[in-house]
Order: sequence, then C-alpha cells, then structure tokens
Amino acid sequence: MKPVFTVTKGMLPVSTSYCPGCTHGVAHRIIMETLDEMGLLGKTLGVAPIGCSVVAHQFMNVDMCEAAHGRAPAVASGIRRVHPDKVVFTYQGDGDLASIGMGEIVHAAARGEKFSTFFINNGIYGMTGGQMAPTTLIGQRSTTSVDGRTREQAGMPLKICELLATLDGPAYIERVSLDSPAHIRAAKKAVRKAFEVQLAGKGFSFVELLSTCPTNWGLTPPEAMKRMKEEVAAYYPLGVYRDAEV
Amino acid sequence: MSEKVLMKGNEAFAEAVIRGGVRFYFGYPITPQSEIPEFMSRELPKRGGKFLQAESELGAINMAYGCGAAGGNGFISSSSPGIALMQEGMSFLCGAEVPVTLLNVSRGGPGIGSIQPGQADYNQVTRGGGNGDYKIPVFAPASIQEAVDILYEAPEIANRYRNPVMVLADGLMGQMMEPVLLPEPKPDLTSADIPKVKPWAISGSEKGERSVVKSLRLQPEVLEAHVEHLFEKYAEMEKELERVECESLEDAEVVFVAFGTMARLAREAMELLEAQGIRAGLIRPISLWPFPYAAFDRISDKTRAVVSVELSMGQMLQDINLGVKGRVPVRLVHRVGGMLPTSIEVVEKTKKILEEVR
Ligand SMILES: Cc1ncc(C[n+]2csc(CCOP(=O)(O)OP(=O)(O)O)c2C)c(N)n1
Ligand code: SF4
Ligand SMILES: [Mg+2]
Repeated sequence: MKPVFTVTKGMLPVSTSYCPGCTHGVAHRIIMETLDEMGLLGKTLGVAPIGCSVVAHQFMNVDMCEAAHGRAPAVASGIRRVHPDKVVFTYQGDGDLASIGMGEIVHAAARGEKFSTFFINNGIYGMTGGQMAPTTLIGQRSTTSVDGRTREQAGMPLKICELLATLDGPAYIERVSLDSPAHIRAAKKAVRKAFEVQLAGKGFSFVELLSTCPTNWGLTPPEAMKRMKEEVAAYYPLGVYRDAEV
Repeated sequence: MSEKVLMKGNEAFAEAVIRGGVRFYFGYPITPQSEIPEFMSRELPKRGGKFLQAESELGAINMAYGCGAAGGNGFISSSSPGIALMQEGMSFLCGAEVPVTLLNVSRGGPGIGSIQPGQADYNQVTRGGGNGDYKIPVFAPASIQEAVDILYEAPEIANRYRNPVMVLADGLMGQMMEPVLLPEPKPDLTSADIPKVKPWAISGSEKGERSVVKSLRLQPEVLEAHVEHLFEKYAEMEKELERVECESLEDAEVVFVAFGTMARLAREAMELLEAQGIRAGLIRPISLWPFPYAAFDRISDKTRAVVSVELSMGQMLQDINLGVKGRVPVRLVHRVGGMLPTSIEVVEKTKKILEEVR
C-alpha cells in the first residue's frame, strides 16, 4: 500500500515543547517540509532566536546555532560569509526581531544579505510570560498593558513587512498567516519562494507568519485562530510586499 | 619568506592576523583603531577573505559568532567603549565554545572618555563584563613585534580551546611605527575543509552527525556539567597560556609591574634609577589572564616596594597583591585620561615611595 502521508525528515522525531494551539510547531513544520521537498536539508544552516523557539534546534533537523536575543541576522551574516554556497535562514519572534533586534534585521535587509528570515509574529512576548511586544495591537491586553495597549502610553504597533519594504535591499517580502489549512498552504508556498529567491542569489527574503499564542492571549486554541484571522490580519494585511522576479 | 618591514602598529596587527589564518573581519569604526577595518577592507578580498562593516559592535561580535560557529577564522577589533558593547557576545562565544580573535586598542574612560591611550580596560578584559562563569585569555604585548607574534598565534589558540582570545594594545601602540619581522602566512582554511578540521561547526555538509552550536542548557545538571567542562578548559589555559617577562629581580630594591607601553616606560625608569644607584627590576605580565602570580614569588628579600605603573587608577593592583601576598608594600604610579607619565616622573615618584617604606 502506498503511504498517503509521511512525516518529513526535516523534523526530528520528538514532541515539541510548544503549548497546545501554538503555531510555532506549524511554522517549524512547513519550513522543514519545504527544505525536505527541495532536497536542501543537508545543505542548510539555521539560526534559532531567543524566545519560545530558542529550542528550535531540538526539533529542526539541520545544522543550527542559537543567537543572542535579536542578533540572529548578524549571526546569519557571519555564517553566510563562511559558507557562500549553503542555505541559511533565521527564525525569529516579534520581540526578538521587531524590538531588541531591530537594528540587525534592518541592516541585514538593507545589505541584501543572501539568507531568509522567518518572522513569527504572535504580537506578544511568549517566553517571558505575555508582556507587550512592539507588535501588540491597540487594545490588546498583556501583562504590561493589563487594560489594553494604548497609543498614548505605548505608541503604535510596528508593521515590519511594510517597514522593510521601504528599503531597496530585500528581494522578497511576504506576510502570511497560519490561521487555516488554506492559509497554511499559502504560507508554505511563501516559504518555498523565500528559499528559491535565496538559491537564485537574488538577495534577502523575508516571510512574516502571523502566529498564535493562546497561552498568553488568554484564549482557547480555536478562539486564538479566530482572533488571528479577524483582528490580527485586519491590522497586518496579508500579501506580497516585495517581489524581485526569480 | 619572512621579511622585516617598517609598519604602523594598527596595520601590522591586521597583517599579522591575516598571516595567522584569519579570513573574516567584522568591525565598526572607532578611534584609535580605525586603520584596522580600513586595512582589512582593502586586503582581505585580495587574500580570499571577506570584510563586512557591521552596523554596530553588537552586530560585529554576533557576526563573528556566526562566522566562528560556521567554522571560519574570524577577527574583530575595536576600542574600549566598543568592547563594552560586545560583552554579551563574549559570554555567548564562551558558553557556545566558539573561537574568535579579538583586538582591543584601548583608550580612556569611563563613558566616551577620550581617544587618548589608556589601560583602564584591565578589569573589563580580565574580569569580563558579560554574564556567567567564563574566561577569555588576554595578551598585552609591549612592542609591535610582540603584538604581531601574538596576533599571528591567537587564531590557533582560539581554535585549540574553542574560546575567544583577546589581544590588548593601547592607542600608543596602534599609532607608533616600528620595524617588524612578519611571519610566514599560514595556509587557508577553505569552507570545504571545515567539516573535517572543525567537525563541531555548523557547515551544512551532510557529514552524518548534525551540528548544533548553543549556550542554552535548560536542565540545571546539564548546565552545571557544561560549566565544569569550561573550567577544565580554563585550568588547562592557566597552565599553558601564562606568559611573563621578568628583568633584574635579583637584588632589586624596587620592582616595577607594568604591561604594554607602560612596561617600556618602566624600563626607561629602571635605567635612570640604576644611574642613581637604585637597583630596579620589572615584572611584565604578557598574559593578563591567566595572570602570572607565580612570578611574584621570585621577588627577592632585598626588594622594599613593588610599584605598579599603569594608565588607570590601579586596576591591576588586585592581581599584584594576590601575587605579592603581603610580603612587600605595593604602590601605584599612574596617570589617566590620556595623560602619560614621563620616565623622570616615574623615577621621582618611585624615590618618594622608597622613602615612605623605609
Ligand atoms: C538580552 C535579553 N533580554 C531579555 C531576554 C528575555 N527574553 C527572553 S525571550 C524574550 C521575548 C521573546 O519574545 P518573542 O521574540 O516575541 O518570542 P515568542 O516567545 O513570543 O515566540 C525576552 C524578552 C533575554 N533572553 N535576553
Ligand atoms: S507561550 Fe505562546 S508562543 Fe510560547 S509556546 Fe506557548 S503558545 Fe507558543
Ligand atoms: Mg512573540
């Protein structure tokens, strides 16, 4: 009998440490499946961030290193200088990339670094227990904005795809969401495109994946999915923000 | 062929690390070492290497971490405030056991301080400002030739111990010119060689076992074992890397302790004192960590004072006192802020100290 589904070799056969309904696991899987399908698993070097996915190297079956909080794009830039022919990616949360690591990501993008960044935007500091992130929506409750984020107190959420799209350096920028099977399939296509852009030597590729954190949003997994689809995507429109033809 | 040439300190330092096998440079401009990134940007591309100007010292140290984790021989240079910004990275490099060669051409502080020479980074480089239990070997050469020899060797030491290695020079050394004998260039480590030479490095090379470079160890017993392992390495380094030069310690009335350019000044002061009938000796720590405590056991019964000559408020005194163990009074002759003592000033202050301890 022909198997209808096999688990990708890209994920190690261990259970992840992510909470029920967390889309970190989904994001890991589509990235690793894509590398597997493209025959790139043995040629890839990944950089894990600080955040809930600091342990990504325990699940992703490629050579990996971890980076200090926010510094993954600098680390990947160093790796890229040593291994110009390999596939390099960073995997970063929104606290990691859009707050403490803003300098590194903007400069890596502006330099047109030939690696891919997967940006997991769950609008919260997951690992440290649900504090406000630069991406937390106005009105959203967090442990450092218990009555909801206000513009007066904390300013406006950062739109990273839009911001990076003002630069001439990046070759490909897309925002996707992990809120439904159809959107997950679309997300996987974007991941593939990011690697294709990198392999073609076009330069920096960036995929933002809208993600859930049911634990710190205080919602059940289905409620979290619904919120992501309705509220989060309304502020962070899905779509392609840059596409230098491959 | 080795060749003797007249070179400016900063350029000689850069040439020496390239000859020592470095092919990747990451840096951010800062006086008094900006000739180094300038030199690297011109030279490295010609010699099969890569130069990358970082967006900040945070960027630079983390680029060097990525380079080292990927098996490359990386180098960064900076000066005091830039080194301060790199401290988190140094802790990560040590925790994840990633080799890199660092050069600090130090200047005055605190804060932005001045661009004039200083040695007030002693505590920063020997104690480290990063978090956790870690150590970084630090070498403080006193001549351009010695700096060249140490920088040539440093990448190899870093690789041997899988740990950063730092060379501490001061702004005077960066700017002065001296004739140097440049060593024979070491062979290139190509990206194809990396999986064989550094099997632990991440290289995406399908070499069987997957590589993971990390400092995260969430289980306490695992982290404890890792830190113990690091300290076995550091104990090894303490045995192997301690370097010191002692001069005229027998029947010295006063013993100077000084590193870097201050050791040169102390030598001048020794000659002036000798001419006045006062015998002076010198302990010149070349490695600041590991500090050469044992050298202080060689101080003779005739010695009445140990005088540290420093461009800081006496940051080395703690180590000197640990070496002297209270046997002889320990005093300080210093200038700070970019001011330099003259040898005559050192002589006069030393004579005063000798009167005080009589
Ligand atoms: C220099 C430094 N500052 C702060 C922290 C604490 N810290 C760990 S993870 C994290 C936030 C992670 O949030 P995010 O990047 O959004 O990832 P998530 O957990 O939500 O996936 C913070 C602030 C740290 N590890 N290092
Ligand atoms: S805390 Fe949030 S981001 Fe972290 S694993 Fe749990 S659900 Fe996912
Ligand atoms: Mg987050």
